[in-house]
Amino acid sequence: MTEKNKKITHRAKFSLKCFVNGEKVERDLDSSRSLIEFIRLDLGLKGTKEGCGEGECGACLVLVDGKAVNSCLMMAIQLQGKRLITIEGLKGRDGGLHPLQKTFMEEGAVQCGFCTPGLIIASEALLRENPDATVEDIKRGLTGNLCRCTGYEKVVSAVRKAQKLS
Amino acid sequence: MANLSYVGKSLPRKDALIKATGRAKYAADQEFSGMLYAAAVRCPKPRIKILSISDSKARRVPGYVTLVTYKDVKGVNKWPMVVNDYPFLPEKEARFQGETVALAVADTQNAAKKAARLIELEYKELPFIEDPLKSLEKKSIKLHGDDNIFAKFIIKKGDPDKAIKEAYAVVEDEFTTNYQVHAYLETQGVVAVPESDGGLTIYSSTQCPFYVLDGVAAAASLGYHKVKVIQTVTGGGFGGKEDVPALVAAHAALCALKTGRPVKLIYDRKEDFNSMSKRHPSWSRVTYAADKSGKITGCVVKYVLDGGAYATLSPIVLWRGAVHSAGPYKIDNIRIEAYAAATNKVPCGAFRGFGQPQICFAQESLVDELAHKLKIDPVELRMKNILRTGDKTATGQTIGDSCGLEELLETVKKKSGWDIRKAEGLMPKSKGDIARGMGVSVAYYGVGLGAKGRYLDRAGAYVNIYKDATVGVNVGNAEIGQGALTVLSQICAETLNAPYENIKLEEVDTSKVSDSGPTVASRTTLMSGNAIIEAAAPMRANIFKTAFNLLLAKGAEGSKPMSACHGVFSIGEVSVTFAEVVKECWNLRMKMGEQGWYVSPHTYYNMGDGQGDAYVTYSYSADVAEVEVDLKTGVTRVIKICAAYDVGRIINPRLAEGQAQGGILQGMSWAVYENLLYKNGIMLNPNFTDYVMATTSDKPEYDITFIEKPYAEGPYKAKGMGEVPLIGVAPAIANAVRNASGVRVKSVPILPEKVWGGLKKK
Repeated sequence: MTEKNKKITHRAKFSLKCFVNGEKVERDLDSSRSLIEFIRLDLGLKGTKEGCGEGECGACLVLVDGKAVNSCLMMAIQLQGKRLITIEGLKGRDGGLHPLQKTFMEEGAVQCGFCTPGLIIASEALLRENPDATVEDIKRGLTGNLCRCTGYEKVVSAVRKAQKLS
Repeated sequence: MANLSYVGKSLPRKDALIKATGRAKYAADQEFSGMLYAAAVRCPKPRIKILSISDSKARRVPGYVTLVTYKDVKGVNKWPMVVNDYPFLPEKEARFQGETVALAVADTQNAAKKAARLIELEYKELPFIEDPLKSLEKKSIKLHGDDNIFAKFIIKKGDPDKAIKEAYAVVEDEFTTNYQVHAYLETQGVVAVPESDGGLTIYSSTQCPFYVLDGVAAAASLGYHKVKVIQTVTGGGFGGKEDVPALVAAHAALCALKTGRPVKLIYDRKEDFNSMSKRHPSWSRVTYAADKSGKITGCVVKYVLDGGAYATLSPIVLWRGAVHSAGPYKIDNIRIEAYAAATNKVPCGAFRGFGQPQICFAQESLVDELAHKLKIDPVELRMKNILRTGDKTATGQTIGDSCGLEELLETVKKKSGWDIRKAEGLMPKSKGDIARGMGVSVAYYGVGLGAKGRYLDRAGAYVNIYKDATVGVNVGNAEIGQGALTVLSQICAETLNAPYENIKLEEVDTSKVSDSGPTVASRTTLMSGNAIIEAAAPMRANIFKTAFNLLLAKGAEGSKPMSACHGVFSIGEVSVTFAEVVKECWNLRMKMGEQGWYVSPHTYYNMGDGQGDAYVTYSYSADVAEVEVDLKTGVTRVIKICAAYDVGRIINPRLAEGQAQGGILQGMSWAVYENLLYKNGIMLNPNFTDYVMATTSDKPEYDITFIEKPYAEGPYKAKGMGEVPLIGVAPAIANAVRNASGVRVKSVPILPEKVWGGLKKK
């Protein structure tokens, strides 16, 4: 394939229809668009963070049809017809803060904050799947999220506390 | 310290809400109209002669704008650091794999990255040095001066050779430690925005906005008054955003000046690994001499740091390491020699502990061996020798009143069950292939910049009380996750008796406050805290006087004492709020905005023999680690860290505990997991897949105690907190591994193969 043809392939457009934080979204995108680029650049939702770009740190986690995925590893085209929730769309039952957001704040699980949106999303996915998760389940379940500040103790206690709230 | 309203309380973090909701704006989240993106072209080999740089292929990338090279540096092409050896962009020679050689600018991030890959760098490979000890040999090729030494320090007192000759017991050994990568979750990032007057506004992820100001002003050849540095919410630092953000910002600034448009430069993780600062690898040889009773009579240390390709902060890191290298013990006979050597690898610099964790690992491991040789319990041996108030350090400094080391050691001994479990045969103990053991360490940490950084040890603050009784505060030290915004707000609220929620600490803006030095050396609470207290003092006097007058006017009895707490002033049953008092102060046209300036106390220190007062005060730690070693595989698992700290008075207990837990885990992760590798001058594992760090499932149990020895000079008697929890973790773990398995691992990280190798030899 020539260099010129390559460019054309890269520029192939597709029409994405999906739900973002509960709202219907339709966009024409390059097929090469990654999910994190779609979220941060096209939607302007900056709460999803890029920490490594290769699925190792968990800072870019979002919920796709309720499952936590690293948005740096998924293509935007794979979101077709699916429901995306980012940190901006995470809400409590009363429409205010989500219980995990509250307990992360109260327990001191937030320091530099760069890993926080991803950790909260990971915790939400974990508790949706296993509301009765034990401390060991939580420790195992969050190994995909790196945090360099907290030593993880207060993260685990924040998840425990949120479990009791909901 | 009775009746404090805000200090000593676990008040909520000021920045928790914006961070938990994803609203906090980090460097990569900044958007400007017409913004371009830069991507670095990096040196592919450990050392090259640059022959040419061309963008003829890159020009074909849609959206490509321009190439920026050394020719675009406006000022002198030397980044002003401790030693001015690092060019902003290299002209003839690049000295480590990953060094920025040029930058490609384009209208999207992807186009910039693609263009950078297509920039043609023509070069010739040059001979290079990988090993710092070889670098110091006479016959080595020369990278820096005529000896490859970035810095050298000597500390000497008494006659250590005689002490060794006359000793009852002598232990001596060599130790090494490997790199540590900061791995802050937010990589380096900056946006440079050209202003209409020819100046620049820089939005930088940094610990040290004033270093960024120095760097950008020098590279752009602009007056400081035309460069404004605004710190963005910063996603972790740990020392990794001390010096290097200035270089990153200077690069973005040159791109912005050349194109006349805002330029964003965000590092990806690999280039952050490859090019940004690290904890220095180290080599050391330590000797201790002791008499029969266990009194340490002499200590000799030779300490070498692998500085990497440029000096950056190596001289200061080395000095701190050297000063603390005999350990927190009273020893009369000392000789310490320390060197930072040049190599063709990534330049190393600041990392939490700043040259101390490496040598602490060595000397605390060796003190344990001394205990074994003398058949004295390791805690008891330390108890005999540790520094107490009135004792003299290695540099001859007399320890002041704020020293809780003895109580710390007592505390961890008791809380870990050290004596009881040993007496009952519970420690060490094997069950099948798993052996459990305990190890102890003690450490001290000079708070602030000390004698070597004295000229930078000052800080400013501006406290501005608005008419509605809210308070804006500008300081020069940065929130990097450690909680500075919160702790400093508490100090401000306490001093003014203003409600905590009324206080707003602004992001650091170099145009709003005088150069306050770096956010390092566990100095922020101490320096910026004191600057706030000083700024607030005259307003406090006015507010308290006005409150008193208002209370009298409301019928209070003037002979009774006035209380001021939680934002309310009262005499007996009569009270007025802070808001009412401030309103009256404004009506009376009192000055409601003040500057503060705090300068650390002067100390005397002789660089010739290393004698004098190295630091204004010290924080202390004692750690007991409990580990399990798998005797079949050599795998070490850290079960528990029992730690006690004296960091002076605690301003916010929850934040202090968070700092301690984070510091412990970072220390543990360095001690047993993290292993950055080079082969032939090329970094082998610059990513989170191959560079392994502790995760949630590795988290040990933490048992943390604070013994608060008040420091008279500190804001509400506080010292410094950030670094001391990391320093003693590695040797406590190494000593526990020795206790469990009988194997003395003399290098960090304590990898399974090292333990296993030791077990095989037994």
